[in-house]
Amino acid sequence: MEALENFFLPPAKTAVAEQYDTLFWFIHISSLALTVAIVAVIIYFVIKYRRKSENDVTPVITHNNKLEVTWSVIPLILTMVIFGWGFQTYIDMTKAPTDAYEVNVTAQQWLWRFQYKSGASTTNELHVPAGRPVKLVMQSQDVIHSFFVPDFRIKQDVIPGRYTSLWFEAREPGESIVFCTEYCGTAHSDMMAKIIVHEPDEFAQWIEDNSGAATKPTELAPVDWGEQLVEQNACATCHSVDGSEMTGPTWKGKFGSQEQLSDGSSVTVDENYLRESILNPSAKVVEGYQNVMPPYQGQLNDEQINAIIEYIKTIE
Amino acid sequence: MATAEASSPTKKVQVRRYKPEENAEKNYLNAESGLWSWLTTKDHKRIGIMYLISLTVFFMAGGLLALGIRVELWTPAQTFIEADTYNQLFTLHGAIMIFLFLVPSVPTVLGNFFLPMQIGAKDVAFPKLNLASYYLYAAGALLMLWAIISGGVDTGWTFYTPYSTSTAGAVTWMVMGVFVIGFSSILTGVNFLVTIHKMRAPGITWGKLPLFCWSLYATSIIQILATPVLAITLALLAMERVLGIGIFDPALGGDPVLFQHFFWFYSHPAVYIMIVPGFGIVSEIVSTFSKKTVFGYWAIAMSSLAIAFIGFLVWGHHMFVSGQATLATLVFSFLTFLVGIPTGIKMFNWLATMYKGSISLKTPMLYILGFFFLFTVGGLTGIALASVAVDVHLHDTYYVVAHFHFVMVGGMVMAFMGGLYYWWPKMSGRMYNETLGKVSCLLVFLGFNVTFLPQFVMGAQGMPRRYFNYIDQFQPFHQISTVGSFILGLGFMLVFYNLVKSLYTGPKAPPNPWNSRALEWQVASPAPPHNFEHTPVIVHGPYDYHKPMADFQLGLAETNGHDPEHGANIEVDKKLEMKE
Repeated sequence: MEALENFFLPPAKTAVAEQYDTLFWFIHISSLALTVAIVAVIIYFVIKYRRKSENDVTPVITHNNKLEVTWSVIPLILTMVIFGWGFQTYIDMTKAPTDAYEVNVTAQQWLWRFQYKSGASTTNELHVPAGRPVKLVMQSQDVIHSFFVPDFRIKQDVIPGRYTSLWFEAREPGESIVFCTEYCGTAHSDMMAKIIVHEPDEFAQWIEDNSGAATKPTELAPVDWGEQLVEQNACATCHSVDGSEMTGPTWKGKFGSQEQLSDGSSVTVDENYLRESILNPSAKVVEGYQNVMPPYQGQLNDEQINAIIEYIKTIE
Repeated sequence: MATAEASSPTKKVQVRRYKPEENAEKNYLNAESGLWSWLTTKDHKRIGIMYLISLTVFFMAGGLLALGIRVELWTPAQTFIEADTYNQLFTLHGAIMIFLFLVPSVPTVLGNFFLPMQIGAKDVAFPKLNLASYYLYAAGALLMLWAIISGGVDTGWTFYTPYSTSTAGAVTWMVMGVFVIGFSSILTGVNFLVTIHKMRAPGITWGKLPLFCWSLYATSIIQILATPVLAITLALLAMERVLGIGIFDPALGGDPVLFQHFFWFYSHPAVYIMIVPGFGIVSEIVSTFSKKTVFGYWAIAMSSLAIAFIGFLVWGHHMFVSGQATLATLVFSFLTFLVGIPTGIKMFNWLATMYKGSISLKTPMLYILGFFFLFTVGGLTGIALASVAVDVHLHDTYYVVAHFHFVMVGGMVMAFMGGLYYWWPKMSGRMYNETLGKVSCLLVFLGFNVTFLPQFVMGAQGMPRRYFNYIDQFQPFHQISTVGSFILGLGFMLVFYNLVKSLYTGPKAPPNPWNSRALEWQVASPAPPHNFEHTPVIVHGPYDYHKPMADFQLGLAETNGHDPEHGANIEVDKKLEMKE
């Protein structure tokens, strides 16, 4: 039975999904029974009442009110049961608990972005804690998309110009796939994401490690966002913007200047040098400073680095 | 309605028997000749044939596109075409099959040909309008063809905004085409309604109207009331694309979900435009090949009207995950279950018709038996989808694709094929090859199941529709489906071969090869130019197999300028009844 269930449905990774499966099987097994009954009747009739001669005489049976009422009312009752049950499950499926952890979701052709309360932000990867309800507040940047998680049996269209929402509570750590199910153009079928469910403490750690926002909020200019990122990533702990000496070189008037390096060579401070120094600070250490800065490889993405560089350029 | 007519005085008429001619020299096919005579014909039968030829071309084109889709899906990544090409393929497959084949199919081909004959009329009420609707259909098809050539369309047949207002390509031409075709559909509906109301031969009261006519009556109501909404919607879409008027695009201050409401307000009733005439064919064939009175005539007739009515109120079930209000979702789900009931009633009545019948398994009946199974599966998976919660997971997956094809191909196309084989002798004057017919039915049935059963499974597993690439776990299902689609294609080719071949080598058809009691079989094959040289008079119901055949071949004894009113109650002068 379990093998059969797995053949038809993906694993149920939430309580709602299990609730869903019960209804799914109720409908399909009763439908199967009805189909088998109808086919059996057809086969029986075809064999039993097969034409024997062109002169066969058939009885005149025009109608039978009792029978008509029976086969109208019984299906009506059955469908009303399915209706009520389906609606109850739908309510459970869509009504998010008030203590749900909220994540903002932005869809655009053809990717998913997730913004967390802490300021963390990810693309095509949604990190969530296990055993805690998570509510997604979603909107689209362009056309209509739809957020579908087969393992959780949930789906919701994501629409430009308004918010829609969705919730789930994953029971165990693991990974689940997200499909876009509203046709959205060329790469519609590549618009997938992954939900990574962590143990609660692991998730807290992940949030702490990733509080730098990954993508520029639309209302900000790159420079302003760069300033924000600098703050979020605590750069000012070591780099001043007013020329004062700290653990690292100041950024004041730095862009375009010549820098003397600890190995005796010199370098012009341009975009490439700044990028390299963010991603791999020990490659070119400025003379007179210690090689202590942690590499930001894997923690800041290109868009963020660009914004930070834009910001540094403005400090004259 | 029967009571209103019963109160009108019964008219007394003198009748005699008109036995159909065995080898009539003149028929509608040879009455006139030359291409021009066809292009300007006002004969409902010839217009039906013109539709048949056009629909065959589009059905084949749509089928080839489907095979292209299936081949591309053989592997999870690119197989032989680009993603953009693939997106155009499924858009065109949907648009061609729906607007150029499914919507017009049964009414324009079989309805045009047999509705007047079944009610004893010489033509439809407005023959010129009938021809005009054909040319509107052709003009719409040309516009769509132009859209394909001049840039293609990649929106899906549903044209959802704001994608459809922002994508490149010839969306505007495409919706113009659909717009024009809509008018063709409306005109056909108007024509049929008036024909059924005003042109019935003496004695055909509402209770003696063949069920095929009842189904066309219900269909015509939907065509007339729903199609204008589609026309308005598409006009608004074109205005937004061309003039930048913000109706659906949020960037212009519009509401994209509003488009879905408008679109489905037509397109859900439209699936009943497609399937309800198929129900009519099933009723005719089941009765003829069981040689038995239809069980529950009124239940079947009225359930068509019930479907037509409730079908208008369920469009929101396409939008359970669109963000519409929970209350709306509740109501739409409830009404969707209700529309399932009259459909179920029909099914049980057809089965009951076979009970104690004299069942002959000729090709048309085989198609209908196939219809019973496939339509049951299609209908019951519809129940699953009507349940809000269950729909959330299945929405926009292959489960929906499979459900839709089970209803449309398994239901409507199977019925259409059955009807085509059933009425072919009357249309062509030739008998098709029975063995080939049965083999074609078997191939279509098998191919269809192999194609679409796996799609239920992969849909439930989460495979979204309209996907060019897919994840590896779905590949076995896709491959089985692709193999099935070629068997299905072969089956349809065999139907085509069999029917065309019969035109050249088939034996001449007798007037009534199935010993049916229905009126269209009481004239020569192929049908005479004006259907009936006399005014037919009907004394029994069209399925009264317990009455002698001679009773079904009556007509007014003489035309004296005092014809009883069409569709009036009549009392037959018994003395003359059996005179030949």
